Amino acid sequence: MAADKVDPIHQFQIQPIIPIHIGGYDLSFTNSALFMLATVAVASAFLYLSTSSRSLVPGRLQSVSEMAYEFVGNMLRDAAGTQGMKFFPFVFSLFMFVLVANLLGLFPYFFTITSHIIVTFGLAALVIGTVVVYGFTKHGFGFLKLFVPHGVPVYLLPLVVLIEVISFVSRPVSLSVRLFANMLAGHITLKVFSGFVVSLSALGAVGVAGSVLPLAMAVALTALELLVAFLQAYVFAVLTCMYLNDALHPGH
Amino acid sequence: MFVTSAFAQESAPAATEGETHAATGVPAEAHGTFPPFNPATYPSQLLWLAITFGLFYLFLKRVVMPRVGGIIDVRNDRITQDLDHAARLKGEADAAVAAYEQELAEAKGKANAIGQQANDAAKAEAEAARKTIEAALDQKLGEAEARISSIKANAMKEVGTIAEDTASAIVEALVGGKASKAEIAAAVKSVAG
Repeated sequence: MAADKVDPIHQFQIQPIIPIHIGGYDLSFTNSALFMLATVAVASAFLYLSTSSRSLVPGRLQSVSEMAYEFVGNMLRDAAGTQGMKFFPFVFSLFMFVLVANLLGLFPYFFTITSHIIVTFGLAALVIGTVVVYGFTKHGFGFLKLFVPHGVPVYLLPLVVLIEVISFVSRPVSLSVRLFANMLAGHITLKVFSGFVVSLSALGAVGVAGSVLPLAMAVALTALELLVAFLQAYVFAVLTCMYLNDALHPGH
Repeated sequence: MFVTSAFAQESAPAATEGETHAATGVPAEAHGTFPPFNPATYPSQLLWLAITFGLFYLFLKRVVMPRVGGIIDVRNDRITQDLDHAARLKGEADAAVAAYEQELAEAKGKANAIGQQANDAAKAEAEAARKTIEAALDQKLGEAEARISSIKANAMKEVGTIAEDTASAIVEALVGGKASKAEIAAAVKSVAG
């Protein structure tokens, strides 16, 4: 182990487990796909099993499931009103998926699917796609009022509309990059500090003593990453709710 | 997160390519490309993301959310029901208290009335007794007065004879003669007026 240089990027490598190639595309079942599957399995199993007793007075696990459910429900209702509740399953799935993916990524040797921009971008594109498709089917061209805020002087309108359009277009980018960058940076930092521990302890007694510091840092960072895992799932869900609100009420 | 079992794959491309190339179009495992920015992995990740997330969404929508929502609804119904029940019981308790207080007030009124009645009766009785006693006393008083007046009359009547006797005695003593009875009586009468 010590012979190999500690590579903080290695944890993000995609390795095929079952190679599948269709029409020139590499659609292999990779470690990324494995952990997507694991995320879905863990989240589904938890939600399913914890609520299987349907207790009137919930136990601990059932409370967790109910809290997540009501947390997302209230978030969506606050942001998008009762009309927004038709998107509840969507937002709840997103929240649970991102949360469980982030949390699973904290386990050593586990792959963090949300540290890949294509995954977070896929989810963000799904959100924005839902907003655009629903907005146009519900409001027709009235959805474009989204870009024309009320009460803006006419001579400012071109500028404001331009800014609004840019901000709308940058939403999927910011939504995906935020989650991706947080997870990526957190895991690289964690890996670097853990690497210090390994490298230092290879230097003998003094090194072992000195490795206490990066070890403490790694422990603290793990706690921070746990917070970030929750926070980013929350932020992702909150922003999704706000964007869906735009689709429901484009007139500001 | 930590170094996994892929040392072989790291060393393999190092032999052919070296480590520093940010190449495009290399295989997914290629070294030198930052893995999240390697487009060769995108189709696979998107496909599996779509499959897994789609399944997850359906499972949550069809199975989990109706269940959790149902649990919460049942609980809320139960709580509302219990609150209603409690409110009804409280209403009943309030009604019982009101009824009790009303009964108490009625009983108090009745007690007052009875007391008043007894008081009145006692007063009336006392009054009647007083009246009879007064009447009896009046009667006795009348009788007594009648007796006194009759005694007085008798006495007055006798006063004449006594006066006549006394007068005749005085006359006899003073004059030494006897005055006639008729004269004396007339004199006494004129004095007595």
